[in-house]
Amino acid sequence: MAEKVTGNIAEVPRFTDAGNRHPSAAERSWIDKTLFPTLNRTPERPIGADSGINRNEDGTARFTTISGVPVERLYTPADLPLDWDSHPEKYLGHPGQPPYTRGIHPTGYRGKLWTMRQFSGFATPEETNQRYKYLLDNGGSGLSVAFDLPTLMGYDSDHANSEGEVGKCGVAIDSLEDMQILFSGIDLEKTTVSMTINSPASVLWAMYLVVAEQQGADWKKISGTLQNDILKEYIAQKEYIYPPAPSMRLVIDTFEFGALFTPRFNPISISGYHIREAGSTALQELAFTIYDGVEYVEWALRRGLKIDDFAPRLSFFFNSHNDFFEEIAKFRASRKIWYRLMTERFHAKNARSQLMRFHTQTAGVSLTAQQPRNNIARVAIQALAAVLGGTQSLHTDSYDEALALPTEEAARIALRTQQILAYESGVAQTVDPLGGSYFVENLTLKMEEGAFQYFDRLDAMGGMVRAIEQGFPQKELAESSYQYQRAVEAREKIIVGVNEFVVEETSPKILYIGESVRESQSAKLKKLRARRSNEEVMRCLSALRGAAAQEPQATPGTLSDANTMPFILDCVRAYATVGEICEALRDVYGTYEESNWT
Amino acid sequence: MTQSDTSFQTDQPIRVLVAKPGLDGHDRGAKVIARALRDAGMEVIYTGLRQTPEMIVNASIQEDVQCIGLSILSGAHNAIVPRLMNLLKERGANDILVVLGGTIPEQDIPFLKEQGVAAIFGPGTPLETTVEFIRGHVKPRSLASFTS
Repeated sequence: MAEKVTGNIAEVPRFTDAGNRHPSAAERSWIDKTLFPTLNRTPERPIGADSGINRNEDGTARFTTISGVPVERLYTPADLPLDWDSHPEKYLGHPGQPPYTRGIHPTGYRGKLWTMRQFSGFATPEETNQRYKYLLDNGGSGLSVAFDLPTLMGYDSDHANSEGEVGKCGVAIDSLEDMQILFSGIDLEKTTVSMTINSPASVLWAMYLVVAEQQGADWKKISGTLQNDILKEYIAQKEYIYPPAPSMRLVIDTFEFGALFTPRFNPISISGYHIREAGSTALQELAFTIYDGVEYVEWALRRGLKIDDFAPRLSFFFNSHNDFFEEIAKFRASRKIWYRLMTERFHAKNARSQLMRFHTQTAGVSLTAQQPRNNIARVAIQALAAVLGGTQSLHTDSYDEALALPTEEAARIALRTQQILAYESGVAQTVDPLGGSYFVENLTLKMEEGAFQYFDRLDAMGGMVRAIEQGFPQKELAESSYQYQRAVEAREKIIVGVNEFVVEETSPKILYIGESVRESQSAKLKKLRARRSNEEVMRCLSALRGAAAQEPQATPGTLSDANTMPFILDCVRAYATVGEICEALRDVYGTYEESNWT
Repeated sequence: MTQSDTSFQTDQPIRVLVAKPGLDGHDRGAKVIARALRDAGMEVIYTGLRQTPEMIVNASIQEDVQCIGLSILSGAHNAIVPRLMNLLKERGANDILVVLGGTIPEQDIPFLKEQGVAAIFGPGTPLETTVEFIRGHVKPRSLASFTS
């Protein structure tokens, strides 16, 4: 019986690296004596429609991750490199030691749990301030500000382009006055705050720094994170204002300023989140994000900054999607890849420069508008992957986010999901519990290999800015998202409640934001412009234009003369608005429009 | 020749403008839809990001499209859609089918339909549903546009 089956090509199991595998005698015996008879009796069946990506050429069932990467039936020691056991330092090491595959802390979460940082912001600064206090009162351990689209695009609430958008996707911030309201009653020396702002990042950061100063907080002690990752805007989220080169210069200005004045603040969060949301695979998210990191480092070095002065404050931000093991492998690989780049490519000496620290958010794109409460389960699985991957902080999405901004109840369930993982599940009690899993280690190595292949291609294009100008990452994403959508349409990939297990249902109660925010913010702006010294505002904006037009060059220990940060701080203190400051920079740099890559 | 004239008319691909108005840059949906309509044999013009209603209406008339597909995720639909529909009326182009996709709260749907939006496709809508709806509802192109 076994002999007959062995001769049948259709039944021979397929392996990712069939040529490189070296199965033991015991494994070969298992294949012949146990596996083949079983396959003969009950052939494997694909999860989803028996077509397309779910079928091998020989007609057998094919299994793949959500990114389309083949998954084998079983992983054994034969799926690890031959020198796996003799060279642990090359692959795994120990937690808190190079290459950091197993985590950056020797004790994992036993010394400190991850930061439960829920991203939120909507309507007016007053309303968002209330939500922040609610989250902190319920055990949230950090804040994360979502700004509305006009703020993200550098327009004031009363600008014509802001019509219909004010306070909808986040909180509306026009001036220092709004930032004061946003953090009123919140101690900025004790609370870490993350701000999702990119093109106008230095403006909002300056506002934050002035509010902290007015509270009496010491800039040397405040900590938090500015997203400030313009490259992924060109690649994925598309909220850019200026062309790439001046945008990169503004980012490097914040690196330089931060290294001197705010040593505990991360001036950037290099983000794969949005790349994934725009439809990339897990590998593309990993590779493009880390290579964005390489590009920032190259630009900072060209400015004259020293690697170990700014690299310890580079932080990252990843997505956690549905495919559990693929995500864990991505997180684990990311630390090792960054360690390798920082040591092999940039020769960083400070151990802190070599550590990849990252925030994670569960995948908004995976949430369904259909049967929205199912999203609670999705978020829990994604959050678990992030924790097993060793994230430093985590945002869990609310179940109603495919429909609208979250209600208070939905936001609380999302936070409670993290608390259940941390306090009930036991997963935080041991470091890197999946380390040594043949499957996870194999996936982790493949992620690393795939990322370095992308790096070679991107290096050959002349770096990420050049690649973006050629539309390379944009086209890669469009292709992946279309392929995934195609698989969903063919029901080769199942989405519960959308293309399988569908029911008729009524919509849940959502948070509805009307047009009144634009009116109230516009009224505030009118009063502000009447009250402040417009002469002082003009003077500060003009000085900023002057600095922005010059090329900054760093000398060790001092800030470049043309660094824009001190000039932006002056504008903010004079109550210049986000729109006015961004307009001054638009005057100097112009704006960017991408070609239509479809 | 009469017969071939008729077939010429029905064989003409449907022309669609896919547009992303407002400040939002999340264009995954717009791009996937653009490609799906193209794969279904339609001629698709994608406007790119941050188009004003004026720009969208101008492009639709210049390109002689039979359908405008709007993608709005930011919540700006109640401001953008009425402006766009009014402009189409003013320009005598209200025979163009307007469909909308994105994150649209249910309570806004009656208002948007009153404004003249033919269909609203929420998250998770099969591409086929959108393709079939457009095929079934566009007005045939005027003969004038063939001769011009």
